[in-house]
Amino acid sequence: MQRIGVFVCWCGSNIAATVDVEAVSEALKLEPGVVFSTNYQYMCSQAGQNIIKDAIAEHKLTGIVVCSCSPRMHEATFRKTAAAAGLNPYMVEIANIREQCSWVHKDVPTGTEKAIILGKAAVAKVNLNAPLIPGETPVTKRALVIGGGIAGIQTALDIADAGFPVDIVEKKPTIGGKMSQLDKTFPTLDCAACILTPKMVDVAQHENIRIFSYSEVEDVKGFVGNFDVTIKKHARYVNEAACTGCGACTEKCPQKKVPNEFNLGMDNRRAIYIPFAQAVPKVATIDPNYCNMLKNGKCGVCAKVCAAGAIDYTQKDEYIQEKYGAIVVATGFNPISMDKFDEFAYNQSKDVITSLEFERLTNAAGPTAGKLLRPSDGKHPHTIVFVQCVGSRCDAKAEKGKEYCSKICCMYTAKHAMLVKDKYPDVDVYVFYIDVRTPGKNFDEFYRRAVEEYGVHYVKGMVGKVVPEGDVLKVQASDLIANKQLHIDADLVVLAAAIEPDKSARPLATKLTASMDTNDFFTEAHPKLRPVESPTAGVFLSGACQGPKDIPETVSQAGAAASKVIGLLAKDKLTGNPCIAHSDEMMCNGCSTCERVCPYGAITYMDKEFRMPDRTTAIRRVASVNPAVCQGCGACTVACPSGAMNLRGFSTQQIMAEVDAICK
Amino acid sequence: MQVNGYKPLIVAFCCNWCSYAGADLAGNNRLSYPADVKIIRVPCSCRVNPMFILRAFQRGADGVIICGCHPGDCHYTSGNYYTRRRMAMLFSMLDYLGIERERTRVEWVSAAEGAKFAATMNDFAEKVAALGENKRLEDLRCKQ
Amino acid sequence: MSSNKKFLQEELTRMSGVNPKKCMKCGKCSGTCPAYDEMEYHPHQFVSMVESGDIEPLLNSKSLYRCLTCFACVDRCPRGVEPAKLVEAVRLVAVRKQGANHMTANDVPAMLDDDIPQQAIVSAFRKYTK
Repeated sequence: MQRIGVFVCWCGSNIAATVDVEAVSEALKLEPGVVFSTNYQYMCSQAGQNIIKDAIAEHKLTGIVVCSCSPRMHEATFRKTAAAAGLNPYMVEIANIREQCSWVHKDVPTGTEKAIILGKAAVAKVNLNAPLIPGETPVTKRALVIGGGIAGIQTALDIADAGFPVDIVEKKPTIGGKMSQLDKTFPTLDCAACILTPKMVDVAQHENIRIFSYSEVEDVKGFVGNFDVTIKKHARYVNEAACTGCGACTEKCPQKKVPNEFNLGMDNRRAIYIPFAQAVPKVATIDPNYCNMLKNGKCGVCAKVCAAGAIDYTQKDEYIQEKYGAIVVATGFNPISMDKFDEFAYNQSKDVITSLEFERLTNAAGPTAGKLLRPSDGKHPHTIVFVQCVGSRCDAKAEKGKEYCSKICCMYTAKHAMLVKDKYPDVDVYVFYIDVRTPGKNFDEFYRRAVEEYGVHYVKGMVGKVVPEGDVLKVQASDLIANKQLHIDADLVVLAAAIEPDKSARPLATKLTASMDTNDFFTEAHPKLRPVESPTAGVFLSGACQGPKDIPETVSQAGAAASKVIGLLAKDKLTGNPCIAHSDEMMCNGCSTCERVCPYGAITYMDKEFRMPDRTTAIRRVASVNPAVCQGCGACTVACPSGAMNLRGFSTQQIMAEVDAICK
Repeated sequence: MQVNGYKPLIVAFCCNWCSYAGADLAGNNRLSYPADVKIIRVPCSCRVNPMFILRAFQRGADGVIICGCHPGDCHYTSGNYYTRRRMAMLFSMLDYLGIERERTRVEWVSAAEGAKFAATMNDFAEKVAALGENKRLEDLRCKQ
Repeated sequence: MSSNKKFLQEELTRMSGVNPKKCMKCGKCSGTCPAYDEMEYHPHQFVSMVESGDIEPLLNSKSLYRCLTCFACVDRCPRGVEPAKLVEAVRLVAVRKQGANHMTANDVPAMLDDDIPQQAIVSAFRKYTK
């Protein structure tokens, strides 16, 4: 039997004005288990806390009930008080007689009656409380970053600089991501490669960073502090350690007609290739879909020219097992496919291109060596039309396009328009916009410069259709301000395609049990206060995998994610919340229902030996809750058909007792 | 709250993260609602076992309301979806047993919706009071 | 807005099933419209004028009959507003006020001509009957 102390707080007049505190403490004295009951002006004050401490010692209390303000306010305070007096902090219950009683009811008899009932419920609950001790789990001091774009690079560098080892898994043969394909960056117009490639070199040379390029995450097990990850390293048919990146093989390879994905298919590469000159790691990769040697065993030129002897046609996919304490998702974005947007003739004319293709077209390392030439005939264009919001801000029910604003298009379109005008002042540039959205430091000034200094024609309206006719593109559009329909003969049309999360994100989220929104962006633990954490403990978000972002935002989010990871890895042990689910193995029938409802994947099943009444042993399948992963929601306790699952701190018996006390 | 001289007994289950905080906010703003509403704190609305509701009706409750976070806002990502489905089933069964639909309710109240909490409780208490005394469910397992 | 305007607005949105509030004023409907230069009020204006309750000028406008009902705007609207359906609803209100059908099936054989696409006949029925 518990020995319970009841402490009724007046909260000055906040409670005492509507609740007869004396009557409450007298009434609760009669409840089963209560051995001491008192009231005081301010229980949360030092003097009030001393009353509690003294009473615990004097009356050998095993549990206390404080009738006061909301537990959201002072539960932590009174738990600390109890702990200081040697009582387990989870033996404290609060009856909320301020926010949910004295403040909402007007007259004393009603308030007092309700306060007594709330006190009785708390006493009934405490009678069934048990001391709880938070569990501790060790932390593996190594982080995994999934994705090697600017987000992943920055996160990895920040974590590594703090002294923790980091592995980057990148599915392409090189890190660098989308930023490595860009020409210039807004709003400063400095070249992307000039600011990105030094960071890539830093990553390659950092003693705390390992890069798994051409690799993917195959499987994730475990939980915060203790993830077990299997990484699949695709066979690149080149020995990474031996290859010097000299490029002799890529020059001699006879298979020349492979679309170059780095230039978005606007030129060709060989079957053995290094994506671009500053690639990290600078190692050749053989594309098995095009290599003659791998397809029909006839060639072997690259092996002959390789002075380092790095070519290995027999290489197989490799699986690497590693333990991590934290995982950062930085899977990034892709422009959406333009296939469904027939009205813009993207699939009919080579001269209708997406903005990312335009980046390659103006890039000095791109297919045209930086000269702005029409992809169809290599001629210099004179009229260029930019179309914004292609596939962004569409109706949720539309069969093509995305509902959200892709955020970066207004700025990069202004950048493109300026780059064109900078190099070729004779070109007429039209930008069709719905709204120009340029919040950000120096962003609106940048856009205004495009209009005022560079003379870019910004037209409020949308392009209705593009029809290729001869060697021009007939653009039909509306100008809403002039209330006119425009007909422009353009040489080049650039579509600001909406962006979407990378296709690899959805299966990855399933492996991580991390949640996603309907657009396949990862959800954050709290949209405002925890923007870089996933609701799944130990999984963090960096960059555009969480929502459309430009480079400055991505870098700051990457740093924020890194600091959260460092904060986690700096701990030797993680202390959990003790109010978690646990299963009574004798009652569990092994049905797996709880496993399916758990949003965190905290429940696993294992075969366990049981001693039967007839002294034989039997093996039964029973549920087991991982205390480091369980967050204590209680979904499993209700789903469990045999009643084996229960929640510590909010057990079925405790809540039943509260119901009984209230309904008596 | 009294309708035709009847004072109902109402049990409210509130999730710790949204609705309990919403109830606190109603208090902070001194928005009154009937004292017949007694709140039980649960970590998540999905912790509410249908047994708790049956027990309340056995012991003489006139109405039971469950409050959770808005769909999509659950602190535990999906708990309130379980609540919604479970309670839809339970309430239709209770209806079949003769406990009117108006005596049971699931409501989404966020931590910022103190006013909604008070308004919901006022409305619920009024509807339940108008129904009068509830038929008490009998617990045939263990007579106490 | 006067109650008469409000009634007309509600009637139009009910008949057409179009919610003009969904429009984000991008102008793609007017950008895509093949009959733009024939029309005094353009597709985007139909949407915004119905939204603001300024329907009287539309009812008296020739634009109602210039719309080809080709549904290009319906197909291309990113927000799924479907302006052509709204134009059709306004036209129906105008035609119904004028009383009887202005075209019957019996009139069709006389009109048939190898040069007229069948779609135009269908379109004419949409425009001149209740």
